[in-house]
Amino acid sequence: MRYLYYPGCSAEATGKAYDISARAMMDKLGVELVELDDWNCCGATSYFSVRELDSFAIAARNLAIAEKQSDEDLCVICNACYTTLAKTNRYIAESTEVHEAVNGALGAVGREYHGKKAVRHVMDILVNDIGLDAIADKVQRRLTGLRVAPYYGCQYSRPMGDFDDPEFPTTMDRLFETLGAEIVDHAGKVKCCGGMMMLTKEEAALRLCHELLKGAQDGGADLIVCACPLCEMNVEGYQPRVNKAFGTNFDIPVMYFTQLVGLALGVDPKQLAIDKQIVSCERVVAAIPA
Amino acid sequence: MAEQKIAVYFCHCGTNIAGKVDVDKVVAWAAEQPNVAIAREYKYMCSDPGQDLIKQDIQEHGIDRVVVAACSPTMHEPTFRKAAADAGLNPFLLQMANVREHCSWVTVDKDEATEKAKRILSAQIHRLPFNEALEPIEVPVNPAVMVVGGGIAGIEAALKLAATGKKVYLVEKQPSIGGHMAMFDKTFPTLDCAACILTPKMSAAGKDPNIELMAYSEVVEVDGYVGNFKVKVNKKARYVNTDTCTGCAACLEACVVRKVPSEFDQGLGKRSAIYIPFPQAVPLRATIDAEKCLTLRGKKCKQPCTTACGPGAIDFEQKDEVVELEVGAIIMATGFELWDPGQDARYGYGRLDNVITSLEFERISNASGPTGGEIVCKNGEPPKTVAILHCIGSRDLNHQEHCSRVCCMYSLKFSHLIKEHLPETEVYELYIDMRAYGKGYEEFYRRLMDEGVHMVRGRAAEVSDVALAPEEEGRLVVKTEDTLLGIVRRIPADMVILSSGLAPAKDAKAVSQTFGFGCSANGFFLERHPKLEPVSTVTDGIFIAGCCQYPKDIPDTVAQAGAAAACALALVDNPTVKVEPTISYIDPEKCCGCHICVGLCPHVAIQYNEELKVAEVITAACKGCGVCVAACGSNVPQQSGYLDDQIFAEIEGAMAL
Repeated sequence: MRYLYYPGCSAEATGKAYDISARAMMDKLGVELVELDDWNCCGATSYFSVRELDSFAIAARNLAIAEKQSDEDLCVICNACYTTLAKTNRYIAESTEVHEAVNGALGAVGREYHGKKAVRHVMDILVNDIGLDAIADKVQRRLTGLRVAPYYGCQYSRPMGDFDDPEFPTTMDRLFETLGAEIVDHAGKVKCCGGMMMLTKEEAALRLCHELLKGAQDGGADLIVCACPLCEMNVEGYQPRVNKAFGTNFDIPVMYFTQLVGLALGVDPKQLAIDKQIVSCERVVAAIPA
Repeated sequence: MAEQKIAVYFCHCGTNIAGKVDVDKVVAWAAEQPNVAIAREYKYMCSDPGQDLIKQDIQEHGIDRVVVAACSPTMHEPTFRKAAADAGLNPFLLQMANVREHCSWVTVDKDEATEKAKRILSAQIHRLPFNEALEPIEVPVNPAVMVVGGGIAGIEAALKLAATGKKVYLVEKQPSIGGHMAMFDKTFPTLDCAACILTPKMSAAGKDPNIELMAYSEVVEVDGYVGNFKVKVNKKARYVNTDTCTGCAACLEACVVRKVPSEFDQGLGKRSAIYIPFPQAVPLRATIDAEKCLTLRGKKCKQPCTTACGPGAIDFEQKDEVVELEVGAIIMATGFELWDPGQDARYGYGRLDNVITSLEFERISNASGPTGGEIVCKNGEPPKTVAILHCIGSRDLNHQEHCSRVCCMYSLKFSHLIKEHLPETEVYELYIDMRAYGKGYEEFYRRLMDEGVHMVRGRAAEVSDVALAPEEEGRLVVKTEDTLLGIVRRIPADMVILSSGLAPAKDAKAVSQTFGFGCSANGFFLERHPKLEPVSTVTDGIFIAGCCQYPKDIPDTVAQAGAAAACALALVDNPTVKVEPTISYIDPEKCCGCHICVGLCPHVAIQYNEELKVAEVITAACKGCGVCVAACGSNVPQQSGYLDDQIFAEIEGAMAL
């Protein structure tokens, strides 16, 4: 099994652990990830509200390169990158006007996109291509007794819902159930973490993080697992500020789902960059039966 | 072909057609066409003076063919054909050119609309010389009527018809008639007890000598046509002899399988495997649930029901029985389903305790319900705060676009019942718009405001169990925007009632196909005309009443049921009915007897004559669908009114410009 791989900007900085663990996990599963040549920032989601065509063009440059590079589907790890690239794909497929305008822009740098590249979230590949049964067969450390709070974030399957229900996704629940964990059903699992608001209107973002941290804690979660670098950053890194603002005492380990899957598959914690997490995950790693 | 005199009439339909089409231009063009003797325009052709134009021209100018360019033939073809007949012209020598629905209403550009109108008209001018005079076929009418569905709509229609002396078959798929209304506690806005006003009608329907009640039965096949339907009904096995069962309920007490969720109580109460859905059931007879009964599942059971039954009515050998009935008319009253709020995860139904549907609340507040009428949460405690969320699954482009019409009022009724049972309890109504449109409804709304119910204008965003403040601990929290205050609110509550919308029954589409009519885009049964024929369907002789057509409250349902009964009576009270002569004919000289049409005819209207070795059309059974015409390899079957010459001439006319 082989996929083209789009890491995204975050994976080179705050989300480095996501990139490292995704590669390690896929390697363990026997899946080859080939990094996209000369990729650029997806443009991120907020740019669409300001200059739509420019946003499409920036995202489509990656798709054009991917289409030319090879036939494999494009695997994306970050929720925001995934939404941006998949949305661009959808608009190009459904509107000749957008398609022509995008190709007009790409033409200036000698590129063209025919709309043939499938954009896939790494979770989609894991559950629907590799399959839960195949993953279960490769488990070396079952997550028995571990209480996992899946945190999908707002852009995981919204708005298109290509591989899961847009309002009530369950793939991550099913994945960790397969790996032996107990799932904590909490109200915040598809809520926004505040995103970029953490930099522009911190009190609003902290309020959102507080609510979802409390939901997970009330449910007795041992850890929260994320599928997006921005979610991970806000939910994990801002716990001290949430505590200060709300008089709480959160100290909840947060991992990328790829890290926890990697652990279950028997990958060494170091290779999964688990030591890079801000809230120590030692107790989680220790709690998983060898 | 002899010289013909065609008259063309172009209707303005006020500005409906004339606003888009240059009528003068089209009429001037039409006057120049071959065979056209007269071309006129008029503001409203369907009015009396409009029809008189046609009659005068036929009588005074010897017109022998007519085109009316106006609305859809489903609207006014009968009107104009009758006018032609009154003036002595065979009605089948008149054609409609639909320049409204097919042209002016759907074309933006005026010049394009004018050109299109010409083509549509040209098609009919070319066709008319090939039209033949046809005589309607008169067939006898069976005076019996079938009513499908035994809720308040079906019961009302059946009683009204039975009162005229007609035989009525009332078919209900559940073990008892009564429908949703039987589950309700009170009715808005008068607060009449639902059972008190419904059970006398149920009982009357059960006893009426003219009504043959067929509960626990379903229609499996419908054949025939107006005045002469043949309906196959499957009487499902109850495993209880309904002639000897007295409804004493001794078997219910004896049954060892006791924890089956009761459908009637919305799963909140329990029943046994042998059961009577509710104490006022009609017919008051026991039914064995074959999926739960140990004996019928092939497991060991001492069969205490058999021991307990005095009259010996239990019969494990009973089988489904299909009976064929003949009726002249059918009334569909198959009702609705509550929209399943589990489809919208934000409201927590199915995940969070004490988030309940409106129908569940009806049962909780009902004195004969699972809590004996005590309004309590799952832990048995009365709620200190209740939030009622309107428009769940209604007025929502993600789910159902339509307004379900009854939810605002039943929600207000709930508020009243809560205040009546628990005066100290706070009640919040979260609404988008308060639609209190019926008689006494606005007054009821005002009364509820006086009773101290908190009205919050805003669609609820979410129900959560994450407490962010001390008063929220251990409770549900409803998040909403209060659009009158312009703020986002968190309302802590102990019970949340989801006022779910009304949805079409899951099998509505399949049922509509069995009976041969259609569904609207929203999934409810399609009426023939939304304003003027709201109880008819496109199939002559089949009528609709109640929520199977669209959500409506009890007064509107009862009124529509009466109207459907009157329409059915107007049909079956006649000894005969005229049916369209546009049916197929097979020339025995040309038929090679290949059988293709025999097997394809969906109405079993073609039989094979063994003696002559040819296929023959049974005139009374043919519905003129044209399948045999299209299928025959030798082009033998021909359908009157749709002959090849006529169709080709029509196409030629449309393409001539």
